[in-house]
Amino acid sequence: MPAVRIKDHWREQRLFDQRALVCAALMGLATVGLIARLFLLQVTRHDYYAELSQGNRVRTEPIPAARGLILDRSGEIVAGDQPAYQLELVPEEVPDVDKTLASLVQLGLIRAEDVNEIERTIDSSRTFDSVPIRLRMSDEDVARFAVRRFEFPGLDIKTRQTRFYPNGDLAVHALGYVGAISEQDLKHIDRAAYAGTSLIGKLGVESAFERELHGRNGFREVLVNAQGRSVERQGGTLVTNLRTKAPTAGDDLILTIDLKVQRVAEAALAGHRGAVVALDPNNGDVIALVSLPGFDPTLFGRGITAAEYNQLQGDIDRPLFNRALRGTYPPGSTVKPVIALAGLTYHVVDPEAHRFCAGSFHLPGSSFIYREYHNEHHGAVDLDDAIARSCDVYFYGLANEIGVDRISAFMAPFGFGALTGIDISGEKAGILPSRAWKEKMFSRPADRVWFPGETVSFGIGQGYLTVTPLELAHYASVVATRGRIWKPRLVAAYRDPGTGQLHRIAPVSGGEVGGVSGDDWQRVVHGMIGVTQRGTAAAIGAHAPYVFAGKTGTAQVFTVARNEKYNAAKINERLRDHSWFIAFAPADAPRIALAVLEENGGAGASAAAPIARKVLDAYLLDAEGKVKPTS
Amino acid sequence: MMYEEVTSGSRTRRTLTGAARVLMELRIDGPLVVGLSLIAAYGLVVLYSASGQSLATVLRTVARLVIGAIAMLLLARVNPNFLRRSTPWLYAGGCVLLLIVEAIGHVGLGAQRWLNLGLFRFQPSELMKLAVPMMCAWYMHERPLPPGWGALALLSVIILLPVGLVAAEPDLGTAALIACGGALVIVLAGLRVRVMVGLVLLGVVTAWFGWSFMHDYQRRRVLTFLNPQTDPLGAGYHIIQSQIAIGSGGVFGKGWMNGSQAQLEFLPERSTDFIFAVIGEEFGLLGLLLLLLLYVFVVGRAIYLATQTQETFARLLAGSLALTFFVYVFINAGMVTGLLPVVGVPLPLVSYGGSSVVTLLAGFGILMALYSRRKLIGS
Repeated sequence: MPAVRIKDHWREQRLFDQRALVCAALMGLATVGLIARLFLLQVTRHDYYAELSQGNRVRTEPIPAARGLILDRSGEIVAGDQPAYQLELVPEEVPDVDKTLASLVQLGLIRAEDVNEIERTIDSSRTFDSVPIRLRMSDEDVARFAVRRFEFPGLDIKTRQTRFYPNGDLAVHALGYVGAISEQDLKHIDRAAYAGTSLIGKLGVESAFERELHGRNGFREVLVNAQGRSVERQGGTLVTNLRTKAPTAGDDLILTIDLKVQRVAEAALAGHRGAVVALDPNNGDVIALVSLPGFDPTLFGRGITAAEYNQLQGDIDRPLFNRALRGTYPPGSTVKPVIALAGLTYHVVDPEAHRFCAGSFHLPGSSFIYREYHNEHHGAVDLDDAIARSCDVYFYGLANEIGVDRISAFMAPFGFGALTGIDISGEKAGILPSRAWKEKMFSRPADRVWFPGETVSFGIGQGYLTVTPLELAHYASVVATRGRIWKPRLVAAYRDPGTGQLHRIAPVSGGEVGGVSGDDWQRVVHGMIGVTQRGTAAAIGAHAPYVFAGKTGTAQVFTVARNEKYNAAKINERLRDHSWFIAFAPADAPRIALAVLEENGGAGASAAAPIARKVLDAYLLDAEGKVKPTS
Repeated sequence: MMYEEVTSGSRTRRTLTGAARVLMELRIDGPLVVGLSLIAAYGLVVLYSASGQSLATVLRTVARLVIGAIAMLLLARVNPNFLRRSTPWLYAGGCVLLLIVEAIGHVGLGAQRWLNLGLFRFQPSELMKLAVPMMCAWYMHERPLPPGWGALALLSVIILLPVGLVAAEPDLGTAALIACGGALVIVLAGLRVRVMVGLVLLGVVTAWFGWSFMHDYQRRRVLTFLNPQTDPLGAGYHIIQSQIAIGSGGVFGKGWMNGSQAQLEFLPERSTDFIFAVIGEEFGLLGLLLLLLLYVFVVGRAIYLATQTQETFARLLAGSLALTFFVYVFINAGMVTGLLPVVGVPLPLVSYGGSSVVTLLAGFGILMALYSRRKLIGS
């Protein structure tokens, strides 16, 4: 018989009390555990969670700084900021996106082929974000949309700052342009500093002075809710402790360029390929820097299309190519003044002694004939005459007598074969040949030997010797100041737009050409004045209200057979000689030195020299045609 | 202050004070009511902020509190013997209603938890939170304690039948609470420790099986509980955001209505299941400690009352109701702080919504009824 269990109330009460006590103890333990957890979250890890919470509620929006203006030496705006219009759409406010886009296509505001791309962009955006669906709207587009705006809820025209070049392609190869920040750019900029910036300088002054122009972006802290929507209130109260830092606008740059001269130079060269570089020989200021053809820099700032870029890239005239800084050409006869100086300095030549020019030259013991340009016969010429009339035979002989290495060593301080050190990047150096140079450049032993005949060509600026228009202008400037060297510069000063404070950049001296006597300088300059008065460019120099020194040059592109005559009309336009002219004025106290190159322009006297005269006039003369007094 | 010294002539008598006499008449326990009122008042203050300054939400909650208070007052006056005798009917009725809800749920769309009675919605599962522990206590009332194997088996059936129905709704949180209410009765009845250990082991095995029957979203909750960072924007978002809210509150909190996590809606379900995090963010560690102090006081008082009852039914039921209240708090707080998985358990008397407020207060009414009708024996 199983034991019958009988309820024992006293024992059950005790059991219950015991259990209740244990449960209460467990409860206490659980509470302590909970408090420990709270302590961990709210005390130990408080900073961590506080930061997460702050990151949740506050979004930092960058405020881009206004890019600095670029002004010419007289204060005219060369590059500025301008608002551009764009059409933006807020998806949640548009009742029917498909229909809206279709209507916009009908209005001609967006292209039918772009609709799919736009829809993808809209789909990937948050519904309350404003999505740009059309950039670069013209005034006409804006007007067309404005009158039908009531039909398009959720669409609006917004403005944003873009770079504006009021003169279009004027001086584009000096200025450069701005464009969208590329992967390449990201490698060398501070990403944080560029948050909010959409454009960056790509070339020229825009790129070289990016740091000054960019300024410092500011930021604004915006309160956002869980959906990322920016809100002003948090739980009914306005939030006021958000930080804001105003951007600091970029510095304005003041160029050395004189836009008036630049315009004249571009107009004079218009329709041709070529370059003009005009310098102030007294400090290296670039008065004009032209490379034609150019392109409209505004295209890049607003977002160039692939078609537009391919067109520029594929153009046979190479508008994107900066001829002034990167085009290397044989200088032709423009080197004669420095060869003459070398001859005088090394005492190889008596300036008064005449040499006889019968139209050709040959080295002793060689049957190879070096001809005079156009087969001229200059007869008996002294040094002065040889420069003025550009006698090749005289310089064939002179160069041969000096020797290649001495010529090369003498020319180096004038900037040949080296970068001039201009304050924008992209410059290329020409070639100043020498025995050592040839040995280094060629691999075949037969090619590494310097031939005497190569020295002969060197004397008239042909052969291996090449220069850029900038280098040649620099050389003209050194001759103009009788040996003083200044680094060319495009930017004279920058200005804080807030305070108006001007920071001038001191001109950088490159030293002096030493060892040349004053008499020798004078002799060569006299020869160059002869060029413009009775020599090869006499027609150009006529009636000038100032005395100026110059030198023509003709660089061969195409070698004419020895027994043939060069006939410009007969050969392809692009194989014609390049036309050079260097000059400085006034000859006794030069204020401007320049080099003009016209690609395939033919003889220097006929193509480049007239352009040079126009540029000199533009810089030196006032409206009445009188020489302006020095300031 | 319950007693005052009354001196008449040479005799000094201790009598109940006026207020105590009123409470006695109403069969209300003063300290418990004060504790509950403080929690409810605190909850209303927090709710105003957590609901985004919605006065309507606060007023609706006040209405529910009033209904709950009335239920508490009425139930406190019910005779425990009547309560005990009607328990089987209550339990059976509740099970039938659960079956009806389940049937409607199959016909209708997805999860179905309530019956629309025209005037108000009624959740049978809320009723079962009271009916299950009552049924267990009723069953053990006549039987010797601790329960034997046979009793244990029957109690298991009593508990698991409604729990299964609620879990199928599916409402895992409520199912767990109902099971907890019943299980606590068994524990308080003196279930032997070695049996408990055995049951825990059995539970582990069952959980292993249960895993294969879980809904995907339930599995995800378990998994993200183990590592919420794996799915920061999906299932883990709740836990991460509530921890940020609590942690960023620090010791003193960001101030009332100044919790950015709550006010800017980073914290999901801020006025319901996750309101604990709002307190943590806006009132800091001190605010949470105050709340926990109030809860512990209420539970402590309720356990004390339970120990003062004399019948088995009263003791077991009162004890279970008291402990279940704590379990509520712990599960909610544990879930919000990332100690426990996210199951939909509201913070008692503070979270907005549901009929849980009424159920809770009704439970306390029953507890008071059980305590006040004890036979005044002994000294």
